[in-house]
Amino acid sequence: MVPLSYYLLLGGFLFACGVIGFLIKRNIITIFMSIELMLNGVNLSFVAFAAHWHALAGQVFVFFVMVVAAAEAAVGLAIIIAVFRTRETLNVDQVNLLKL
Amino acid sequence: MSLHLILFLLFGAICVAGAVNLLVQRHPINSALSLIAVMAALAGEYLLLGAEFVAAIQVIVYAGAIMVLFVFVIMLLNAGEEEETKGSRVAILFGVPGVLTGAVLTGWVVLRHSGTEPVPIGALPGPPTEIAHLLFHDFLLPFEVTSVLVLIAIMGAVVLATKPEATERKAR
Repeated sequence: MVPLSYYLLLGGFLFACGVIGFLIKRNIITIFMSIELMLNGVNLSFVAFAAHWHALAGQVFVFFVMVVAAAEAAVGLAIIIAVFRTRETLNVDQVNLLKL
Repeated sequence: MSLHLILFLLFGAICVAGAVNLLVQRHPINSALSLIAVMAALAGEYLLLGAEFVAAIQVIVYAGAIMVLFVFVIMLLNAGEEEETKGSRVAILFGVPGVLTGAVLTGWVVLRHSGTEPVPIGALPGPPTEIAHLLFHDFLLPFEVTSVLVLIAIMGAVVLATKPEATERKAR
């Protein structure tokens, strides 16, 4: 028997790690992976609440989050490839112009 | 200390270690591998909660498909170690204390005010038949909208990743 708050704390910790990575990382790919970490923390809270309230809809929401994450990964990685092709760097500090 | 709690702590420790390792590592491929470890351990947590189907999808889609895409891009762009810049030092100086304050506050609220009733193992068996009924009956419209979203994402990825010269040549 595990209290619900343990699951929420683990999900919150993963989310906080994602936010910290998003802020301190300078590599655009690692920033992207931090976003995935945040989504995973939220997914854990969804499943824990679904089990706690006996509502299966929480698990369905996880699927929608995964679909959005997959679409975001596809488009985002394409953008990263386009950025790397034009600027030849992955450092976000050097990507500061809208148009070259 | 029940077996359930021991398993929760084991998978939770793997999650925490992987998340911290993602922050500490400087090479993106190491961060990607630790993120895969986090996702696999989260699948174990889902199994403890009785969500077998979600756990399977987590391993197949998240740890499988999405992370393979990440690793491919890292290898394709030959990403090296990230260098420390002025911006990253400022971000560490202000970002880490701010986020930690928020995390501690949230944790305090969760521990203080959330229901602390235990979640029993396999409390809510999520068999695929019932999930399918929800997905194709109650959530039919969002499900159809996601198909449009995925189609747009595919086309967007193709358009963005194509070399500009190739499209120009085709236009002429």
